[in-house]
Amino acid sequence: MSVTTAPRGAPPSIEIDHARLRYGGREIFAGLSLTVEAGRWTCLLGPSGVGKSTLLRMVAGLERPEPPGHVRAGDGKPLAGRIAYMAQQDLLLPWLSVLDNVTLGATLRGRRPDAERARILLAHVGLAAREADPPSTLSGGMRQRVALARTLAEERPVVLMDEPFSALDAVTRLGLQSLAASLLADCTVVLVTHDPLEAVRLGQRVFIMAGRPAQLIEASLPNSPIPRNAADPAVLDSQATLLHQLLEIGGAESTLE
Amino acid sequence: MTVARPLIVIVGLALLWQAIAWLADLPPYILPGPIRVLEAYGAHGLRMLGHAGITLIEMVLGLLIGALLGASLALTLAYFRPVRPWLLPILVASQAVPVFALAPILVLWFGYGIASKVVMASLVIFFPVAAATFDGLRRTDIGWLDLAETMGASRWRRLRHVQIPAALPAFASGLRVAAAVAPIGAVVGEWVGSSAGLGYLMLQANGRMQIDVMFAALLMLAVIGVALYFAVDFGLKRAVPWLGEARAPNGGPTT
Repeated sequence: MSVTTAPRGAPPSIEIDHARLRYGGREIFAGLSLTVEAGRWTCLLGPSGVGKSTLLRMVAGLERPEPPGHVRAGDGKPLAGRIAYMAQQDLLLPWLSVLDNVTLGATLRGRRPDAERARILLAHVGLAAREADPPSTLSGGMRQRVALARTLAEERPVVLMDEPFSALDAVTRLGLQSLAASLLADCTVVLVTHDPLEAVRLGQRVFIMAGRPAQLIEASLPNSPIPRNAADPAVLDSQATLLHQLLEIGGAESTLE
Repeated sequence: MTVARPLIVIVGLALLWQAIAWLADLPPYILPGPIRVLEAYGAHGLRMLGHAGITLIEMVLGLLIGALLGASLALTLAYFRPVRPWLLPILVASQAVPVFALAPILVLWFGYGIASKVVMASLVIFFPVAAATFDGLRRTDIGWLDLAETMGASRWRRLRHVQIPAALPAFASGLRVAAAVAPIGAVVGEWVGSSAGLGYLMLQANGRMQIDVMFAALLMLAVIGVALYFAVDFGLKRAVPWLGEARAPNGGPTT
């Protein structure tokens, strides 16, 4: 499996240095620094509106960090062109077939789409039989699996995910988390989520992003490989601890305001 | 029921019309009843069909040319940002000039034949298509644009593979409005100066007090207009099957 899904090039680490975001005159975060380890899953966990999606968009190159903040790859080469981005919405184009959606990146770069590879990737996400169908005929979980196949087709060593499974029902979500963990094992992954269980299942490092201006607090995790079993008592224990931490932060904020 | 309802409505309106004509005791040169109008079809039907064909050709050609020009202008405005502040005011100002006022000049320039009417129809059709398409091109889902950006798409490929298909539903609604106003352009052109077409026929009939023929031509025009609208609507639904879902690219639970 890893032969066909492995990205080109070794996955780099990512250094976020003094990132800063102001919105409506208020500082959402400032002086935020984080080193994302190469080839591992890093989860950013936090309440809505804390700026975690914006931080991810900065890494993706969709937002420019305000000077003197910057985002760079640990190996010194540019990050642009080495990133695949997966959002909460599956962003499938309704006028393209499932297969053409998977090869969209190649089409947009003016290269010949590799249909054979796209078929293999679709088989990996369990949708080999649906390649000719329009996305509108698929369920929410299937659509997000197509989006995962499209992300894999990019062959990028860095994968950024912005709450990619949050619109799915609980069972579908667990299945997709395991699938993503196995298919993206060789990549540097940054996953933004507000679901503590998701962070504990997938994170090799988990940071809670909270406060205003927001700070990062590293959370402790069970010492087991990902994807962690959602029924494992150690996982549930960590989830409870994370939830407690989030509640505490939320409570502190509401008393401040 | 779907077939019966319009039939009932048509028959009902015809009965009402006949009742008014009888009860008000209006002479047929003021308000001919539906039976008189049907008789007019019997007497002048073939000649009328010929004129209707001309008007239909004018409308279809106007629709094609107007839609093509409108879509091209929208694409130009979307792709070449610097021309926007130059072209947009001209586009808006052009709509302040009523087409009715332009008709005599167009007949003067393009003659009594079909050309001046096609130009008229194109002018009427052009604006709704251009405005709707430009709107559609500007309102591409941000998520799709971000995705294209991270995939390294050039501006042109982003336009071609994402923005244009995403704008097709908007173009389609513009074209539907255009199909509905197409008869205005063609008939106004014919009124101002022509030797054929339903507008010409109505003007002639009016001059000869053949009010029944006028009504017959008017009804025929309405039928052509409705038919054109539904033909365009049908064609668009076949050609753009993702109509109505392009605005909601979220892959949330579908049921």
